[in-house]
Amino acid sequence: MLKILKYTLFDLLRSRWSYLYFAFYLVFTAALLFLSGDVSKVVVSLMNVILILSPLIATMFGVMYYYNSRDFIELLLAQPLRRTHIFWGQYLGVALSLSVSLLLGIGIPFTFYGIFHAAGLGHFLTLLMDGIILSFIFSGIAFLIALRHENKIKGFGLAILMWLFFAVIYDGLVLMLLIWFRDYPLEATSLGLALFNPIDLSRILILLQLDISALMGYTGAVFQKFLGSQMGMLLSFGALLLWLLFPAWGIRQSALAKDF
Amino acid sequence: MITIRNLHKAFGNVPVLQGIDLEFSKKGTITAILGPNGSGKTTLIKSLLGMVIPGKGLIEINGIDVRGQWEYRAQIDYLPQIARFPDNLTVSELIAMIKDLRNQNADDARFIQLFGLEPYLDKRLGNLSGGTQQKVNLTLAFMYDSPILILDEPSNGLDPVAMLHFRELISEEKQKGKIILITTHIMSLVEEMADEVVFLLDGKVYFHGTVSALKEQQQESSVERAIAAILNVKKKHKPLEKPQPVLIPDKAFSFNIST
Repeated sequence: MLKILKYTLFDLLRSRWSYLYFAFYLVFTAALLFLSGDVSKVVVSLMNVILILSPLIATMFGVMYYYNSRDFIELLLAQPLRRTHIFWGQYLGVALSLSVSLLLGIGIPFTFYGIFHAAGLGHFLTLLMDGIILSFIFSGIAFLIALRHENKIKGFGLAILMWLFFAVIYDGLVLMLLIWFRDYPLEATSLGLALFNPIDLSRILILLQLDISALMGYTGAVFQKFLGSQMGMLLSFGALLLWLLFPAWGIRQSALAKDF
Repeated sequence: MITIRNLHKAFGNVPVLQGIDLEFSKKGTITAILGPNGSGKTTLIKSLLGMVIPGKGLIEINGIDVRGQWEYRAQIDYLPQIARFPDNLTVSELIAMIKDLRNQNADDARFIQLFGLEPYLDKRLGNLSGGTQQKVNLTLAFMYDSPILILDEPSNGLDPVAMLHFRELISEEKQKGKIILITTHIMSLVEEMADEVVFLLDGKVYFHGTVSALKEQQQESSVERAIAAILNVKKKHKPLEKPQPVLIPDKAFSFNIST
């Protein structure tokens, strides 16, 4: 698996899309740091971008990479390798290459800014970790969708719909639910609902870390009220880790049953 | 030795292989797997390689049931029909990758020279022409010395010089005592190289025997004509479709027209 991962990473780190993604974060972060200078504010601004953009790019990359390497996968399948290792290797290669772009794109400007000697290092690290976890989760789900659908248009469509659901539609549905049932106590329900959306979980994790109750929104506030910052962070982090396992498990199941 | 017993495979409701029984045991034999489009050639080959999971039946390679196994593939060299590689890797990196993955002795230098790939070694695969990619594909398939060689449409996109090298290589591998399976649509290649022919039709083995036996059976002078004769007979003897009732509007009766 590590060998497949290595060569997938080799391949992707030379792709111009990786450079573009890296350049975007580099310029954006540098501009924010230059304009604001307040680490917490920059982290919040970056958070809003990362929470939407990194799942979207990971989704597109995951689907694209699978469909692009479809014929090469057949060559790999004819080698003495385990099926699961081929697909896990490729998935992890995609997720890692995205993570490297994100890490360097955001990390370089912050390093020049002197984050390692400034207050707010924890916030910065939480932000990076969030972006990386989201890249892994969404590229994994996208890879899984592509693996399950031979029809590229269907695969692309479903993957984008999946991103749209988690990034936009889910919050809208939760909000509608809260309005409809506003006469009932909904704290526990909304807390539970947040666990089912990795983007919400990431947002809560950063906001609890930043301790900005004004920006927390309803679910975040419930997390803090019920569990306290520490416990809330632990719970959201644990749930995110569970989310990481879901695509890895799904890829295994689909890979073992699929005809190529 | 390859043994296939009662192999069935369906994609959804469409049966592709319907009870295939075959045995390839003679070393140094080239067997051409022939059949019209959709007859199940590629599915049969992919079942051997574990890419397609059979619905029913047994495949044994050198006495090992291959279902759910992967180590046995170290004994098979495979040339896929379509050559597409990661765009941003160079030719030498790709060869290094496959060598790294298989961890067996490989004679890549010889084939790089034979197919004139030296100028392309440091070029990215995405920038190569289809023909050059096919030469890389051939190098990957031939650089190992495995007892079984499976070639799926090997002549795709090859120039005449490469084709000549390819024929020589096949003869060489045959001399080494390998079991070689080839699917192709080029009948001259079959006539020239194959010792045996497996003819698949509608997912069943219609004929398995030597090339001369096929010609004899069909009383034809060439493989091409023999195959055409089988297909013509098949067309003629196709079971008649069930007569469909023809309804005449506003009439209370129907009648059948049979052809």
